[in-house]
Amino acid sequence: MINFELQDEIINARNMIHMVAESAMRPISREYDEREHEKPWDFLNMMWVASQTANPVTFGDGKRKEGDKPGHRNLQSIVTIEELSWGDAGLYLAIPNPGLGGAAVAAAGTPEQKQRFLARFRGGDPKWGAMAITEPGCGSDSAAITTTAKRDGDQWVLNGTKIYVTSGRMAISESDGFVVVWATIDKTAGRGGIKAFVVERGAEGMTLVKCEDKLGIRASDTAQIVFEDCRIPLDNLLGNPEVPKNSSEGFKGVMATFDATRPAVAASAIGIGRAAVDYVRDVLAKEGIKIRYGISPRKLTAMERDFMDMEAHLQAARLLTWRASWMMDQGMHNNLEASMAKAKAGLAVTQVTQKAVEILGPLGYSRKCLIEKWMRDAKINDIFEGTQQINLMIIARRILGYNSKELN
Amino acid sequence: MFDLQPTEEQQQVREAVSTFAREQVRPLARECDEKGEVPSSLSQQGWELGLVQSAIPEEFGGFGDVRSAVTSSLVLEELAWADLSIAMHMLAPRLIVFPLIDCGTQEQKERVLKAYTGDTFTAGTAAVMEPSFDFDLSSLATSAVRQNGSYVLNGAKCFVPLGDEAEHVLVYARTGEGDGYDKTSGFLVDRGTPGMKIVEREKNMGIKGLATHEIVLENCKVPAVNRLGGDAGCDFNKLMNYSRIALASMAVGVARAAFEYARDYAKERRAFGQFIAQKQAIAFMLAEMALETDAARLLAWEAAWKLDRGEDATRESYLAKNYAANVVLKVTDNAVQVLGGHGYIRDHLVELLLRNGRGFATFEGLAIA
Repeated sequence: MINFELQDEIINARNMIHMVAESAMRPISREYDEREHEKPWDFLNMMWVASQTANPVTFGDGKRKEGDKPGHRNLQSIVTIEELSWGDAGLYLAIPNPGLGGAAVAAAGTPEQKQRFLARFRGGDPKWGAMAITEPGCGSDSAAITTTAKRDGDQWVLNGTKIYVTSGRMAISESDGFVVVWATIDKTAGRGGIKAFVVERGAEGMTLVKCEDKLGIRASDTAQIVFEDCRIPLDNLLGNPEVPKNSSEGFKGVMATFDATRPAVAASAIGIGRAAVDYVRDVLAKEGIKIRYGISPRKLTAMERDFMDMEAHLQAARLLTWRASWMMDQGMHNNLEASMAKAKAGLAVTQVTQKAVEILGPLGYSRKCLIEKWMRDAKINDIFEGTQQINLMIIARRILGYNSKELN
Repeated sequence: MFDLQPTEEQQQVREAVSTFAREQVRPLARECDEKGEVPSSLSQQGWELGLVQSAIPEEFGGFGDVRSAVTSSLVLEELAWADLSIAMHMLAPRLIVFPLIDCGTQEQKERVLKAYTGDTFTAGTAAVMEPSFDFDLSSLATSAVRQNGSYVLNGAKCFVPLGDEAEHVLVYARTGEGDGYDKTSGFLVDRGTPGMKIVEREKNMGIKGLATHEIVLENCKVPAVNRLGGDAGCDFNKLMNYSRIALASMAVGVARAAFEYARDYAKERRAFGQFIAQKQAIAFMLAEMALETDAARLLAWEAAWKLDRGEDATRESYLAKNYAANVVLKVTDNAVQVLGGHGYIRDHLVELLLRNGRGFATFEGLAIA
């Protein structure tokens, strides 16, 4: 039955996270935007401790095991992420957790690998997982990566440079975490030769080169990592080591991670957008400006029209995102819907926050308020986990029934 | 809990309407637009499908189905996908039937509903819009003044679907001073009541298959018992929320039709040695059309769901309707663009869809969920 009401469990989790966002994130939001590369350890430790008792914020692997009842794990994650990002999107990204690297392990790893790599997120000091795909020479075209992995006895030897690794510093320099590195084991095999490798902290030949200075999400580090004859155990390769003949099975497996993480990025975008919409609503209310739903659209002021547009686009993005997560919880294939959610949310929130700056004028542009920060934070969601254009490409292929050769 | 799967019953209803829409309605879309009329055999088929009677309680001769905005939303999208004019024509009697079900007194229901439970299509309608650029649902210009046992109506109405053949016109008019939905009441005006003049048929840019009329009310006197809901009146705001959901859902149907037409065309038309769908400029346009249509549908569903729960859905239905009106314009315009010159020619459906789609920003109260 069509029903837009969230489960009590989700609502309770949301209420709890909202308190965290309001009391622990907002107060330090500006500080860690200004002090890029410094870490809010009190907050990070607190979130780590909290994650030990509550359900950690993790992405589902998209697969329901045989006999599992349809749950709402992904939907709950999505709602939680929106709330944390309402608090601060950069701080949300900095929270110690398995991250995208963990999602890859959960999606493609063997039971032994899951145990070996994911068990560390219970107990001890805070830990991070990260994912390294992008290289200086390739971003969206992830099939073009040049980092190599060569087998040498019972080890893989990695060589190459990875950039834009979210929480890369935390994963390999500040904690006993790991980074999942995409590398090719057979360049002639194209996509089929691309595999994901888990590289743990301390691996010989892995160097953290630098952390980028960014437009926004400054509380989150974005690392550059170089691999020079970096040796890792043979069984750190996720999934099947064989190179499929004339097929891109393995690559598709890794790409499937995105079906879970794209709605998560969309949710984070929506959290930022909601922060901006809430702020604008409060300011307008204080000024005695009412938003008149129900009057003739031709009688609306420009302000009302803009504000309603912001609300409607935000809600449209939210519902597309909830749909994508709900489908994953139901065990339905959601590749199309995940990309729709991401494409819509990334663009909508970029525009919503830009409009918020405009509406608030001097307040919007000033660093005294958080609006300008939210606009800078929002933009990344239009870029990472697949740019808007890449997601439109995926949507187009799906609705047209084309493969990547037929439409590129 | 959170779920986007219609019930089995809703799926069956949607499937039945979708089949009818695809097989019977769509093939006549162009002809109805060109001729400016809907064949009576077609409206009869829609009638027999129960589009109007289904929600009428059994005690008044209907099928007694649950009145659900969500179910309506599903049905209206399918019908509008096939053709907006024909859909609005077939659904016009709902404009009087549904408000009666929701707000009518027992006596009004007994007296009027039976006209719409017969075997043949019976036209009924409502007069909501007014011929003025600053027409505003929350501040109608048409007035109703109580005089002893009657109300006297004065004003002008436009876009009244099937105005000349309707058995009853539900005229909405201002009954109080000031603005606001609570100052508005509906009046059941029988066909031929003195003072109600059905002016000539309107000539519109789109929905040309649907006959719409301007109506002038000059000291039109109706008995006080004809005020919808009696002395208690009606919840006009809620009725208009049902209307916004209906219009949003129909906009989604039109948008989907345009998207599908353009998609299929782009996969057949070749240029520069490829299908044009293989060009990013076209493919991205189609992708955006698909996702915005889905977004508009979800907003309409959410508003409908909220209304079905008995909650106030003014904000949701208002935003959903305006959003869908923007989406349908963008999507139908893009569809014409995808076809290029062919999109401008009346051989193809998309020019008709653009003309129909343009109307949603203007339409108020022309359909009800």
